[in-house]
Amino acid sequence: MAAELQLAAAEGRRVAPGDAETAAFAVRGMTVSYGPKPAVFSVDMTVPEGSMTAVIGPNGAGKSTLLKAALGLQTPLAGRATAFGQPVTDVRDRIAYVPQRASVDWGFPTRVIDVVAMGLYREMGLLGRFGARLKARAADAIARVGMAEFADRQIGQLSGGQQQRVFLARALAQDADLYLLDEPFAGVDAATEKAIIAVLKELKARGKTVVAVHHDLSTVTEYFDRVVLLNVRKIAEGAVGEAFTADTLRAAYGGRLAAADLPGAVHAI
Amino acid sequence: MLFEALTLGLGYNASLVTLGAAALGMAAGVTGTFLYLRKRALVSDAISHATLPGIAAAFMLAVALGGDGRGLPVLLLGSAVSAALGLLAVQWLASRTRLTEDAAIGAVLSVFFGFGVVLLTVIQTLSTGRQAGLEDFLLGATAGMLRSEALLIAVGGLVTLAIVVVLRRPMLMTAFDPSHASAMGVNLTRTDIAMMGLVMAVTVVGLKIVGLILIVALLIIPPVAARFWSDRADRVVLLAGVVGGVAGWVGAAFSATAADLPTGPMIVLAAFALFCLSFLLAPGRGLMAAALRAASFRTRVHLRQGLLAIANDQPIYETLTLRLLARRGLALPDGVPTEAGRAAAARARLDEERWAIVRADPSLELAAARYDGLTPLEDVLTVDQISEIDARRPAPEALA
Repeated sequence: MAAELQLAAAEGRRVAPGDAETAAFAVRGMTVSYGPKPAVFSVDMTVPEGSMTAVIGPNGAGKSTLLKAALGLQTPLAGRATAFGQPVTDVRDRIAYVPQRASVDWGFPTRVIDVVAMGLYREMGLLGRFGARLKARAADAIARVGMAEFADRQIGQLSGGQQQRVFLARALAQDADLYLLDEPFAGVDAATEKAIIAVLKELKARGKTVVAVHHDLSTVTEYFDRVVLLNVRKIAEGAVGEAFTADTLRAAYGGRLAAADLPGAVHAI
Repeated sequence: MLFEALTLGLGYNASLVTLGAAALGMAAGVTGTFLYLRKRALVSDAISHATLPGIAAAFMLAVALGGDGRGLPVLLLGSAVSAALGLLAVQWLASRTRLTEDAAIGAVLSVFFGFGVVLLTVIQTLSTGRQAGLEDFLLGATAGMLRSEALLIAVGGLVTLAIVVVLRRPMLMTAFDPSHASAMGVNLTRTDIAMMGLVMAVTVVGLKIVGLILIVALLIIPPVAARFWSDRADRVVLLAGVVGGVAGWVGAAFSATAADLPTGPMIVLAAFALFCLSFLLAPGRGLMAAALRAASFRTRVHLRQGLLAIANDQPIYETLTLRLLARRGLALPDGVPTEAGRAAAARARLDEERWAIVRADPSLELAAARYDGLTPLEDVLTVDQISEIDARRPAPEALA
């Protein structure tokens, strides 16, 4: 906590005491840059335990970058991220990350069950066996996303939506407390979208915390209870009813958003 | 002679060389698989070519210090140092400059190799014949290999193999999905360095037998051949080890049967033969299996089209369709359907109607995903499910 206040003081910001200590996931002063221009600039965000948060914003707003930097996959220029009050790197066991589906080669020689087993790496270690107990956990995760029949399939034979469900199953196998998902609904069929949101809501019902980078404004109100609007800087954050309004959307998207694109928001205000 | 060589009948030393080559081949195949899956196969070419200046420099240094200069451990140590420098140069160029990795590999490979050749020439003009044999590191030679050298190679290969077994999980996770691996706490930099270190170890250990020009083939051909046989990474790794091991064994035995046969090319040719077998014969991904599959698919498409045309009283123009129908007794050569043809056509139409219902029902999504216009619904759903679907079909009189 002392370090937190120190950092805030150094940056001339005011921080509500205890804020990041109790949050399931918190980002403070995060700035990431790929070149001379920051992709994410001084972003703070706080995710309470047991909530479902959508990170939204236009293309190139730094949504994925923010998640990656928080997880240490991208070295930030400044800032830090905590989960359950501890540095993210110290609580990896409690965090499951679902990268964008397009980020891997689906022609890789591996089956659905093998991919999901990768979510159990921390339990297996270098030489531990993928024994009956862990196999059952992997099979259960695959069944929860409705892919039981496909466990032995080579991943390249799956449709895009099925591949996304495999990625989700790999995260479920980890049995984490915090789930960070990068565009889990991008380019999936309607049945997959339904299956994924059902799983996420079930996680929330069990007290888990879900944060998802999301691009479909029309489903934000239906799927999520909190929202973070991002466009390099943070535009708004809070409960969907308060932070997801026509004003904040206009501020985040600028002229790129037609009034017709925000039905949920317009009705909400 | 060849039989004796293959069955280790040419004496203790020759047998040791053959076993050493097999161990090296296994290590190269297994290590190479991770390199191939990480899509960095060509880096090994830069590493291997970068060993040459190290070999030459180690020789010169040893001679200058009054030694013999030909001791294998000293030369391998020198080669390892310059290979590491070459690898660092590639990494640095690719990450810190605008050069892409392939360009960096090309630059490093040619500069290091060129420098090595110059050093070799210098050695040739300077000293008095003691250097004889340094060129053997280019293509590999086992004739006159010392017992201790063969042992060093075999042990080096086996140690490399053991390290791969320990690091297989982080290396596979890094190769498949680096972001996820990193989020799981796998240190990507260290894993990649370990993988490159293993490749370097295989290269250095293999210098004497395979030679630096061809070692890349022993790293890459086994995994590519193994990939034809399996869609599972663990099996590809094992099979690549087998392919590499057999290639090393057979190649070394072949080269032992004639005095001047270089070992490296023989081993690589043996590996290539195994690749060709895999490429042609592997079930599933092999060339022949693919051709058979394509032919059978075409037949099924034509038959189905023909039957649906009969069911709808449409004429059939495709000669292949006509021939296939006629050969099965479903139609006469001029396209007029037989009794059996009409029955089959009715079944095909019924199947299409059932499929249309399945595909319109979101609760049958998994079954609908298997629709390809060819698979009968009986192969996908149970009899009970189908009769339930038939109940939903509009009755014929309702249509009329």
